[in-house]
Amino acid sequence: MDFALIWAFILAVAVFVYVALDGFDLGVGILFPLLRDEEERDTAISAIAPVWDGNETWLVLGGGGLLAAFPLAYSVIFPALYVPLIVMLLALIFRGVAFEYRVHSRKRKWFWDRAFFGGSLMAAFSQGIALGAWLQGIEVTGRAYAGGWWDWVSPFSVATGLAVVCGYALLGAAWINLKTEGPLQKRVETLIRPLAAGTVGFIVAVSAWTPLLDGRYSLRWFAWPTMLYAVPVPILVGLTVLALWRSIETGRAMRAFLCAEALFLLCYIGLGISVWPDIVPTNISIHEAAAPDKSLGFLLVGAVVMVPAILIYTAAAYWIFRGKVRHGGYHH
Amino acid sequence: MIDLTDAIVLARLQFAFTISFHIIFPATSIGLASFLAFVHWRWLRTGEEIFLTLFDYWIKPFAVVFGMGVVSGLMMSYEFGTNWSVFSDKAGPVIGPLMGYEVMTAFFVEAGFLGVMLFGRDRVGPRLHFFASFMVAAGTLASAFWILSVNSWMQTPAGYSINDAGQFVPEDWFEIVFNPSFPYRLVHMVFAAYLTTALVIAGTGAFHLLRNNENQPVRKMFSMALWFIAVIAPLQILAGDQHGLNTYEHQPAKVAALEGHFKTRSAAPEYLFGWPNMETGEIDYAVSIPYLGSWILTHDFHAEIIGLDQFDRQDWPNVPILFWSFRIMVGLGLLFFCLGLMGLVQRFRGRLYDSRLLAVCALLLGPTGYVALLCGWITTEVGRQPYTIYGLLRTVDSASPVAAPAVATSLIAIVLVYLFIFGLGTVYVLRLLAQMPPNSPAQLSRGLLDQGGRRAVKILKLLKFGRGAR
Repeated sequence: MDFALIWAFILAVAVFVYVALDGFDLGVGILFPLLRDEEERDTAISAIAPVWDGNETWLVLGGGGLLAAFPLAYSVIFPALYVPLIVMLLALIFRGVAFEYRVHSRKRKWFWDRAFFGGSLMAAFSQGIALGAWLQGIEVTGRAYAGGWWDWVSPFSVATGLAVVCGYALLGAAWINLKTEGPLQKRVETLIRPLAAGTVGFIVAVSAWTPLLDGRYSLRWFAWPTMLYAVPVPILVGLTVLALWRSIETGRAMRAFLCAEALFLLCYIGLGISVWPDIVPTNISIHEAAAPDKSLGFLLVGAVVMVPAILIYTAAAYWIFRGKVRHGGYHH
Repeated sequence: MIDLTDAIVLARLQFAFTISFHIIFPATSIGLASFLAFVHWRWLRTGEEIFLTLFDYWIKPFAVVFGMGVVSGLMMSYEFGTNWSVFSDKAGPVIGPLMGYEVMTAFFVEAGFLGVMLFGRDRVGPRLHFFASFMVAAGTLASAFWILSVNSWMQTPAGYSINDAGQFVPEDWFEIVFNPSFPYRLVHMVFAAYLTTALVIAGTGAFHLLRNNENQPVRKMFSMALWFIAVIAPLQILAGDQHGLNTYEHQPAKVAALEGHFKTRSAAPEYLFGWPNMETGEIDYAVSIPYLGSWILTHDFHAEIIGLDQFDRQDWPNVPILFWSFRIMVGLGLLFFCLGLMGLVQRFRGRLYDSRLLAVCALLLGPTGYVALLCGWITTEVGRQPYTIYGLLRTVDSASPVAAPAVATSLIAIVLVYLFIFGLGTVYVLRLLAQMPPNSPAQLSRGLLDQGGRRAVKILKLLKFGRGAR
């Protein structure tokens, strides 16, 4: 059995689940300035308060799992992305505590509302930058990162940063549209199509740009027979956008949300096709970075038992808090 | 002495700062989660309003502390990669899976059930709600299990081999997880978390008792916490002693440093105070008790005790830091023991809620559990130096190839953000604790009458549900 590939798949799933879940709650934060009053902001917070902590735990699984399964990749990628990662973590700290602090603060609720917005925005932006910096390639000598501490800045990484902000805002809008009612829901619904258009614009731009970064990427997309995997992706993106448009017209909030998530999934698959079989583009492959089988096998036993269990009770938690958030939301 | 342009020194400062802040929150979450699960269970069993009041009162600070723990822990799990990448590459195959288990069996359990525990009372049945509280508590303990296994492996590595790339490769997972110092460290830390939390609860109770000693939930929390301190404080001293003997066996240089034993000798004294001078190898201004040093480490007054002269100078940890952090921890531990004893005495005199001296002592000692906790961790972690993996990988060979300005900038940013965020968080928690819990009218009766009443309710319940007497 090829443990390295199994773990690459598990981590890919974990990172995607993170993006799909924390994406919408970060997106709610990004849309915060568009909410009109205290009541709307409380409602929006209530729509994510019971689940955000679980969503963010997938990020810890991504980081921890990378250390466990691919320690070489972990120790090369993290120093390379030093600045965006630290910024992301500090931003997540601000927005994470804002959930609690805005309830307890007497005079500075406005401050924590802004911290929630700013933290969400910066976290999303730095995740996008980290993605771009990773995709454009990381310099390696021996078993260590060999570049400087500003290598992550480039027009490409800034573009991916903006793309992720726009995409998360789309997910956030689709989530608010699903979880709320009344004027707030009506207003947010009108945002979904412009945000989707923006996201698709970024997808096209980044997709066109990626093959130019490295010869291997263009080979993947424009050479036979790998083209065979690649070609359906843009077609499916087109179909998903159509389905999203339709579901807004017919007022199907759940379907609109799932379409927005499907856009992310397709981009993610496209990304996987581009970088395969590397884990540190374009220098270290999945197999080169893998921990010994004894490490991978030991953790796999736990993953086989725990990951399905986690998915089941996560689903159960979402089920418990299903439906529209009433005014005022949940309290403890 | 400290070179602030050295990337490794900066990375060490950053780690020391972030982990010291972080450990305060999980220690509190471990203790409070168990306390909340316990009162939740009592409420489910007895139906007494007072337990629900205590649950509602303590869940608010718990939510704030838990949030701070999540975000400061997130920083930790990435810091290994950003600042200590060589260590991560080499130790990853061994410690990575243990941390992976922590994420899967602890973080997800906590996160998944926390939402239900905090917000779900109106949405799920009382039993499922209690189950959520129980699972959150179980998750915090599972987290302690795995992360202490990792830490203990770094202190007393076992069950590994080293491959061509210089990586530590697992050979026997049982030996790795249950490495020689792990059971001692786990027990010592879980007791520390419980004791620290009990001190906070007792201190909060004392604060309110001093103003109004008729409030029933306040009395209850004070009484519960003091029972707990009376039981755990002596057990903790015992656990600490055993942990010390284990350390003496596996890391004698650490023990020599924390005891201030520069020279190997028999019938060693126990230094109470003094200033270890690493240049001269003497304890300046020493106040000591003869023979006690040998007795503490071997339970024999005349045994020979290994001193730092058995080790190369370059393998010594920092002696004054260890010497003092250890003494502060032990001194506070003895004070906690006295507080527990005082509580017992006043309880049997029937003056538990009336003794102002007891309340003042409990209030003053309330926050000092954290001081003892931090001093304990400083003792064990500084005592591991100059290694990250004891005896095998030096700290200077563990850091990332990141330039000093990057580490310095992030250190400054982290210090500013932490002081602001966690400073405010502490203010909010203290503000919550400064509110007196509502006094439920059903609990106004006191003493024997109250006891009798509760018993009657219990008997009625047993009859009603047909449960056997316990």
